[in-house]
Amino acid sequence: MTRLASAFAKGHPALVCFVTAGDPTPAATPAILDALVEGGADVIELGMPFTDPMADGPAIQRANLRSLAAGTKTADILQMATDFRARHPDVPLVLMGYANPMITRGPEWFAAEAAKAGVDGVICVDIPPEEDGELGPALRAAGISPIRLATPTTDHARLPAVLDGSSGFLYYVSVAGITGKQSAALASIEEAVTRIKQTATIPVAVGFGVRTPEQAGPIAQVADGVVVGSALIDIIAEHGDKAAGPVRELVAALAHAVHNARKVEA
Amino acid sequence: MNAPIPNSFRNQPDAQGHFGQFGGRYVAETLMPLILDLEAEYRKAKADPAFHAEFDDLLEHYVGRPSPLYFAPRLTEELGGAQVWFKRDELNHTGAHKINNCIGQILLAIRMGKTRIIAETGAGQHGVATATVCARFGLPCTIFMGATDVARQQPNVFRMKLLGAEVVPVTAGAATLKDAMNEALRDWVANVHNTFYIIGTAAGPHPYPELVRDFQSVIGKEARAQMLARVGRLPDLLVAAIGGGSNAIGLFHPFLDDPSVKMMGVEAAGHGLDQLHAASLAGGRPGVLHGNKTYLLQDEDGQILEGHSISAGLDYPGIGPEHAWLKETGRVQYTSVTDTEALDGFQLLCRTEGIIPALEPAHAIAAVKKIAPTMDKDAIILANLCGRGDKDIFSVAEHLGVKL
Repeated sequence: MTRLASAFAKGHPALVCFVTAGDPTPAATPAILDALVEGGADVIELGMPFTDPMADGPAIQRANLRSLAAGTKTADILQMATDFRARHPDVPLVLMGYANPMITRGPEWFAAEAAKAGVDGVICVDIPPEEDGELGPALRAAGISPIRLATPTTDHARLPAVLDGSSGFLYYVSVAGITGKQSAALASIEEAVTRIKQTATIPVAVGFGVRTPEQAGPIAQVADGVVVGSALIDIIAEHGDKAAGPVRELVAALAHAVHNARKVEA
Repeated sequence: MNAPIPNSFRNQPDAQGHFGQFGGRYVAETLMPLILDLEAEYRKAKADPAFHAEFDDLLEHYVGRPSPLYFAPRLTEELGGAQVWFKRDELNHTGAHKINNCIGQILLAIRMGKTRIIAETGAGQHGVATATVCARFGLPCTIFMGATDVARQQPNVFRMKLLGAEVVPVTAGAATLKDAMNEALRDWVANVHNTFYIIGTAAGPHPYPELVRDFQSVIGKEARAQMLARVGRLPDLLVAAIGGGSNAIGLFHPFLDDPSVKMMGVEAAGHGLDQLHAASLAGGRPGVLHGNKTYLLQDEDGQILEGHSISAGLDYPGIGPEHAWLKETGRVQYTSVTDTEALDGFQLLCRTEGIIPALEPAHAIAAVKKIAPTMDKDAIILANLCGRGDKDIFSVAEHLGVKL
């Protein structure tokens, strides 16, 4: 079983945590990643900073700019992944970002380097299934899961195309919008996840606008996983180099809510 | 790269929106269904005579087309070589070619039942053109403009507001055109149900590069017919300035399969190609940004670099994907001129022809100044005068050291 498959087969919903690599500095990231694992995150999404993060709200935009201003390079991110894999042999690590930094040296180069660094999956925000050839074949050949996004605008007819060639899990973006504070009504999430799971054979994780244990718990009752990003980014923005402690605290509270969501219900 | 020579240069893009390896639809999943809807609606509109009739009627009676084809006698004499002709798109309503595209896109928006319009703008010309058509059709309009550009283009900001648009200053990133485009995309993702995004240049995800080109091709179609009527033959060389490249592709496209017609696109070399500039073809390499694959100014990690040009309308780190393809096939030759050369071209046209050009076509004029003297006196150059210079007099005065 792959690391990603194991993360969704623990007998409870998975907590997926996103932070931006190199935010606030490349040196600070390893301790923050450790804090995510110690807090109870089941899957780690490591954001690759980009100058033009078109799908992100102000919090993650600023995280991207902080990271780039601190000099974060693609080579640094791959090194962070390599070191993470050495410290945490069993925790799945997913790189998330935009197409240009991933393909700029050729998709085969990126896929090979990511595989060598122990990366399990890649989410590329601006490569829809229609442009899969740009990156998907290289990832699959290297044994990395291309993880796709489904959104409220992804209808039943389109969903099979989104799932085709993807693996690991499906990331359901619960709001038609950018990352940040706007959140979807629970009823609409439940309806969407139920609909998607009629077609999807891979786990479905729900994200965008999930910030607190109180929000995460109920979503975990209907989804296989819950993704939290901007709330963690806000803590890093506030605490900078000393963010690991507060990050660990929030992740622990989120993990408690997500992991026990169905027990509470039962 | 040696691409095979195609039978026609006018049958791009393919069904997936690719111009060779360029173009495509690199957008977030939220936008993908909308992009597909837009493509389907554009196919229907393209085949609908009523759509063309309304477009043509507005271009004639609202925009003021056809724009004149003008022989520039004193400029020709001064340069001492080829005859220089201009396509006078600066005489359009709103003072630039941008309005051609805005008319086409707002008709599409209305066909699709969209009730709100957004757009990005750099210098403000596309913002003004968008605000204009929104006022004409009574649709609410939000224009995203980099805060830096808002500060340096106050007259256009005021024009947009007079026309009823809301102007949103964008402070993210470097607060210029590419950041305004990012913000427009973010707004669109959050408002897909009712909002139509009028993109200002022949770039972005498919079908935008194709439909903007088609709407702007009125420039080249008119020019081709006018040239045949006036001198009985086609021009030898077309010249146009390139930022995103919509005025250039609009002029070039109807001539692409006329082998005797050479074409030259002129990028902004800013302070010089070894310094800050906005020449994506000369100084960039292929990558993905704003929904399409094209030449981009970027570092070794694929991070996008800021463009620089004296012309805010050319100040963009990318270029429309069809130009990237035309460069690789060799059909169009691309060159660049510096800020200083463009300022010289600007003054040259003022002095010899009594026409104050925008700083964008001043780049084309600077290229004409270099090449006309090397050509025979019976050769014909046709350059696109894509905008008038009223908006630029403050920045030109500043660069010439004149206090207004």
